[in-house]
Amino acid sequence: MPGERKTDMSSRDGYQIIGKPMPRHDAWDKALGKTKYADDFSMPGMLYGKVLRSRYPAAKILTIDTSEAERLPGVEAVLTAKDVPNNETVTRFGQTHEVGGFEGLYRVLADKKIRYMGEGIALIAAKTQEIAEKAAKLIRVDYEMLPGVFDPVEAMKPGAYQVGESESNVICNYKVRKGHIEEGFAQSDIIIENTYRVPHVEHAFLEPDSGVAWIDENDVITIRVSTQVMEHFRGVADVLGIPHNQVRVVVPMVGGGFGSKEDITVETYLALLTQRTGKPVKMTYTREESILVTSKRHPYVMKYKTGATKDGKLVALEAELISDAGAHIYLSPWVLLYSTVNATGPYDITHVKVDAYTVLTNNTFCSANRGFGVPQVCFAYESQMDELAKRLNLSPLEIRKKNYLKKGDALATGRVLNYAVETQQTAEKTSAALGELSKPRLPNEKIGRGIASGMMSYGRMVFLHDTSRSYVGVELDGSVTVKCGVQDIGGGQASSLASIAAEVLGVSMKDVKVFIGDTALTPIAGTTTATRQLYMSGNATLSAATEVKNNILNKAGQMMEAHPGDLVIRDKRIHVRGVPSRFITLESAIKACAAEGIPLYNVAQFKGPFRELIDFKTGQGQVFPDFTFGSHAAEVAVDTETGSVKLLKLIACYDVGRAINPLSVEGQLEGGALYGLGYALTEKIILDKGITLTPSFSEYLIPTSLDAPDVKTIIVESGGGAGPFGAKGIGEPACVSVAPAIANAVCNAIGARIFDLPLTPEKILRALKKIS
Amino acid sequence: MEIKLNGELRKVDVSPWETLLEVLRNKLGATEVKNGCSKGDCGACAVILDERPVNSCLTLALQANGKEVVTLKGIGTEEKLHPLQKCFIEGGAIQCGFCTAGHIVSAKALLDKNPRPTRDEIREAISGNLCRCTGYKKIVEAIEGAALEA
Repeated sequence: MPGERKTDMSSRDGYQIIGKPMPRHDAWDKALGKTKYADDFSMPGMLYGKVLRSRYPAAKILTIDTSEAERLPGVEAVLTAKDVPNNETVTRFGQTHEVGGFEGLYRVLADKKIRYMGEGIALIAAKTQEIAEKAAKLIRVDYEMLPGVFDPVEAMKPGAYQVGESESNVICNYKVRKGHIEEGFAQSDIIIENTYRVPHVEHAFLEPDSGVAWIDENDVITIRVSTQVMEHFRGVADVLGIPHNQVRVVVPMVGGGFGSKEDITVETYLALLTQRTGKPVKMTYTREESILVTSKRHPYVMKYKTGATKDGKLVALEAELISDAGAHIYLSPWVLLYSTVNATGPYDITHVKVDAYTVLTNNTFCSANRGFGVPQVCFAYESQMDELAKRLNLSPLEIRKKNYLKKGDALATGRVLNYAVETQQTAEKTSAALGELSKPRLPNEKIGRGIASGMMSYGRMVFLHDTSRSYVGVELDGSVTVKCGVQDIGGGQASSLASIAAEVLGVSMKDVKVFIGDTALTPIAGTTTATRQLYMSGNATLSAATEVKNNILNKAGQMMEAHPGDLVIRDKRIHVRGVPSRFITLESAIKACAAEGIPLYNVAQFKGPFRELIDFKTGQGQVFPDFTFGSHAAEVAVDTETGSVKLLKLIACYDVGRAINPLSVEGQLEGGALYGLGYALTEKIILDKGITLTPSFSEYLIPTSLDAPDVKTIIVESGGGAGPFGAKGIGEPACVSVAPAIANAVCNAIGARIFDLPLTPEKILRALKKIS
Repeated sequence: MEIKLNGELRKVDVSPWETLLEVLRNKLGATEVKNGCSKGDCGACAVILDERPVNSCLTLALQANGKEVVTLKGIGTEEKLHPLQKCFIEGGAIQCGFCTAGHIVSAKALLDKNPRPTRDEIREAISGNLCRCTGYKKIVEAIEGAALEA
């Protein structure tokens, strides 16, 4: 039945696949070089698309002259804003429910104000990439330079330069009010007040944004594109001014997303050029283009004031968060809400006051990035915890243990945590796993240790009314087909569905074929964002597979004169529980079902919890379905002469509820740890008045194999999540508490705190007062 | 020009300014060689050119004239997986898979020269291959495992 989650109780007493480490079903093709990513695909007679982009971050377009470009032989189309049927629509991200205040302007091509460097101005389609690039250089744009504003704090001030045409620079403001903050500080024996800053971060997926579009034999504009949200087909159709069912999006395996491919990238451009020329068009961003013009993780300025009693109980927390949204709204209001709800972390605090703002500037726009506004606040609240511990002479673990929220407790937003909360267990395990303190190998080396705990939701915000659908069918030979419109961005989104279907239907992984990511052929399963696919599409697949299994077992019960509830499917046989010798083949039961028209397929819909908007005056209400909790611990060696930091140990421990495939969970935890390590030590997009100075991997430094410690992972399985088999999501939570654990370790080593990321050698030497 | 691509002699017309990456992907159908940055920063386009691992985006196609080029597809097949491929699969060293070709190629070049590398030597050999998904641990372990099996 749609909307209900059915857990397959009969298989709980001993899983065959769930919980067993195994390769993902797609690993073979990837190891053999057979997987076709977006740019690996071509069409006969294909044209190449190119975007002409603004060279300035703040300007007014006076005139655009495309005539010379249009005359260049081989150029088949040059489009500007006036050629786009609906150049301005609103940003939507596959939500089924419209929520006022959460949608921003989506402008396909700039025609009024230029808001950031790299904003698209014109599109070109040409017979070769070289001709398209040459044509772009022949387009003349006359600009009137405008001053722009590049600092969100400046942009908030009255009279500041206005980034957009009509909208205010301050996009939105959220509050949390719990208790009486002044009373809380009056009751505190100690108050710590600090300001933290975190930078713009690049997603740095390895596969640059890419796609190919064509018009198919049914006149449907088909776009094969690297995206996390195939439901952008609706937005593309709105821009083109055609019905939604005239646009189809197909998503091949995606070479990493990390949130950046949640926004529309090349797909609207491709659709417009294909519509105009009638020919297939390919567009692939260069790495530089991808870094310059796609979304970034939001930089924040965070003022934290935390009060505690002398025995370490948190009493009051006041936070002011200001995030730089950059030039367009995109997902900034959503990201800010995540930061707001998570501003207090996994701690029980009596009096809370949070004020959060996200502000337009003429910097590159920011949107989703793994962690979605949570790693930022985690860096601040976990730094505060260590500062409190130091002042109160408590160990970092002791002070945290006095304050962790437990199951049944309420967040500052009033939301009662009704699923498993095992934060304390994860902190104890990470601390213990640090083992013996390493000895310095050099006279200038200082060793330090730190821990940090974090929490992050899995599943989308509940007022979006999120749903997912999955089809499970059994073929006449006993092989299994899953059709589910997930986008697999490398997190094993498709493979976990194969595991679930195989487990329920008693077949091996090799017997399951999973079809994903096609708006015309697979049931809509929503976005691969918000750490939601295992929770949402996993539950939908579990429900559909269970329905098919029940149909088969009912028939088998008649055939075997046994109660269907006593039957088990295993290794393609159906046998009476505990009596493997009393069996029939799965194939014979399937054939009997088929002969009688008993459905051998099911399409199930899973609904997340549906709630309405929270009270925005107080922040009270439910925003998320549930949270994943965990901790990181780090041991570092800091060279006090050079300021360099080496990770000696890095430990990740999160409660994933149930590890559907432990090998995949380890992979998420290891990769998440490195994502956080980069945030802690090296990663920062440097913007000078809106101009990106770090547009390559030789300037923007993500961790290499030489920077990576052997991350130790500890998987906690409480069984208490809202996902299939009690699972929780882990994709994004895996990176949340890494940077503060490393920052706390560095602080422990050098005896001084650094309040802004990344912890570069320069900042460390400054903190050591070796340079000014 | 003429190259031996994964054991097969191939003739192809190239322009003097074309890179080996462009010719492999666009003219020889070797799309298993990935383009991650076009600047030699990421290693996704690594191939073995006469026994040396190179970034094909930084190699002119003509530099490969008359030489032997091995890509991921020349390392093993479905029927006969190379130990590196087997260990990458079984060890969970592949997530999105976009960097996998480059990593396996760099590892193959390492093992050809140094059949029993230390973990540090492995880390050094793949330090030009970026991966954003895995955290490298399982990649290093897979290469270590393959060295023992080979």
